[in-house]
Amino acid sequence: MSNLKLLSIVKKYGRVIAVDNLNLEVKDGELVTLLGPSGCGKTTTLRIISGFLSPDRGDIYINDRKITDIPPEKRGIGLVFQNYALWPHMTVFQNLAFGLQMRKTPRDEIVERVKQGLKTVRLEEYEKRYPRELSGGQQQRVALARALVLEPDILLLDEPLSNLDALLREKMRFEIARIHRESGVTTIYVTHDQTEAMVISDRIVILNKGKVMQEGKPKEIYEKPANKFVASFMGNTSFIEGIVKEIDGNYTILETADGLTIHGIGNGIKRGDRAVIAVRPENVQFLPTSKNDSREGYFNIFSAKVERESYIGEVFDYQLKIKNWSIRAKSSVANEKPRGSEVKIYLDPDKMPILIE
Amino acid sequence: MTSLVLWSIADKWFWPNPVPQSIGLDYWKQALGIQKSLAIGAVSIVPAFFLSLMIAVITVVIAMAIAIPAGYALAKYKIPFGTFILFLFLMPNAFPQQPIFVNLLDTFTKIGLAGTVPGVIIVHILVGLVFGVWITSATFKSIPVQLEEAARSVGANSLKTFFRISLPLAAPGLLASSVFVFITSLDEFTGTFFIGLPFVITLPMTLYSSSGYNMQFASVIAIILLIPSILFMTLIQRVLKAEYVGGMG
Repeated sequence: MSNLKLLSIVKKYGRVIAVDNLNLEVKDGELVTLLGPSGCGKTTTLRIISGFLSPDRGDIYINDRKITDIPPEKRGIGLVFQNYALWPHMTVFQNLAFGLQMRKTPRDEIVERVKQGLKTVRLEEYEKRYPRELSGGQQQRVALARALVLEPDILLLDEPLSNLDALLREKMRFEIARIHRESGVTTIYVTHDQTEAMVISDRIVILNKGKVMQEGKPKEIYEKPANKFVASFMGNTSFIEGIVKEIDGNYTILETADGLTIHGIGNGIKRGDRAVIAVRPENVQFLPTSKNDSREGYFNIFSAKVERESYIGEVFDYQLKIKNWSIRAKSSVANEKPRGSEVKIYLDPDKMPILIE
Repeated sequence: MTSLVLWSIADKWFWPNPVPQSIGLDYWKQALGIQKSLAIGAVSIVPAFFLSLMIAVITVVIAMAIAIPAGYALAKYKIPFGTFILFLFLMPNAFPQQPIFVNLLDTFTKIGLAGTVPGVIIVHILVGLVFGVWITSATFKSIPVQLEEAARSVGANSLKTFFRISLPLAAPGLLASSVFVFITSLDEFTGTFFIGLPFVITLPMTLYSSSGYNMQFASVIAIILLIPSILFMTLIQRVLKAEYVGGMG
């Protein structure tokens, strides 16, 4: 059980700031995901933690022991690479045994621990195989076992599922989550895939251009994004821009240039601010187009036109046009809204975050 | 090739016949010292052969002892002017050989290395390093750095990583480099000629002395020089193919 602290880490490449004064704390047994687009600094941060990159400023602590100047082989950190990095001239057994040999572990114990390690990733039969004889998913599991067999203080995974096909990726997510639960090892996971992050993480840290945009539990980040970047990164978000007209009790009222008035939840936003409202497809409710509908009061009900309709098996996916704005929506397969039809929609104000950039 | 073989077994072959008038293994026997001959340029090549072999082996050992660490350093570390240094190694090939070796002879005479075996070995090492370092450097570069980082991450320090991971994976390329240095040394003529004479006689030098007026003899030597090259080329082909299939994961 170990905790990790990053204090004021800065890393620059010439004028580009890859990591901008990053502070991060990972508690015992947590799985924290660094999530963000390419170039956000997540891989750089991981390489700094693992010791292959030195920060320009700042320190790293594991269990309150400063490891900033300690070489990678002495940090007690397990690393799983995106392209597995299994040694091709060694068998699966030897790949797992290597680290234990470096520690001068006795032979019997090595055999025992390797067997146990392979059992955890469900590859007991593959001891004598060479990496080239394994599929991508199997190689990834061996890479994971190789890191875990050393019982590291911290486990780092660098986009481990990026090289796998979609179906396998989904399966492996659950595997990784299970293995993390069973082993309890403190883990930092790097990915650009937000669904992956939400499935496996205890906490997510969203990075952009080297800075933390938001951190919190998956549900918090998804339902209460702190800013436009986070809202656009998670889920399928459509934005409607406007100016804050007034604050009415719990709700903030946004007015667009073309005359829409929308109620939503603001967070410290003042009258006159430029802001956007984040609309997620699952929060767009279709109302029957009868005239006598007075559901939930009189606000946030709009007329819209169905511009695009796509069948995706589970649902219908739509692009709706309200005045000048396009928003994504969806409906069950039973309630198809054909293209070109006029619909009435309701945007539940409690589910409409109003955000600034 | 055919011409070479034909010449080596020709007894009498006068122009303009397309094929020798009489054939025999006389010249082979003379070359191997089994038979004595009064023809010009016909000496036993056996001593020269073993000398060439010994020089080649020593050259390979020392040249690789330099080329392997040098290649690794140039491949893995950001050495200031690294590319320039590599380029520098290749430079000797850009200049005509004689002027270089004449100059070298001058220096070597002053320090007493002219006409000695060590002197010749030094020349062979220098010539061998030209491509030797390039091949080792390229070989180490081709090993994905993550494989080495993975080793570090499980507790291996730089030295252990080199011997357990980098070296085994680089082995085919390093073998190719050694073979190249070996054959380069066996065939090396110009430098050896300038530095080695009059005491050090290697196989290519006996080839030089006998070509022009004793074609049969020259052909015998040429074939003998070709054999190691062909042998090693086939060996390399097979080893490299297996390793390539083994692959880098």
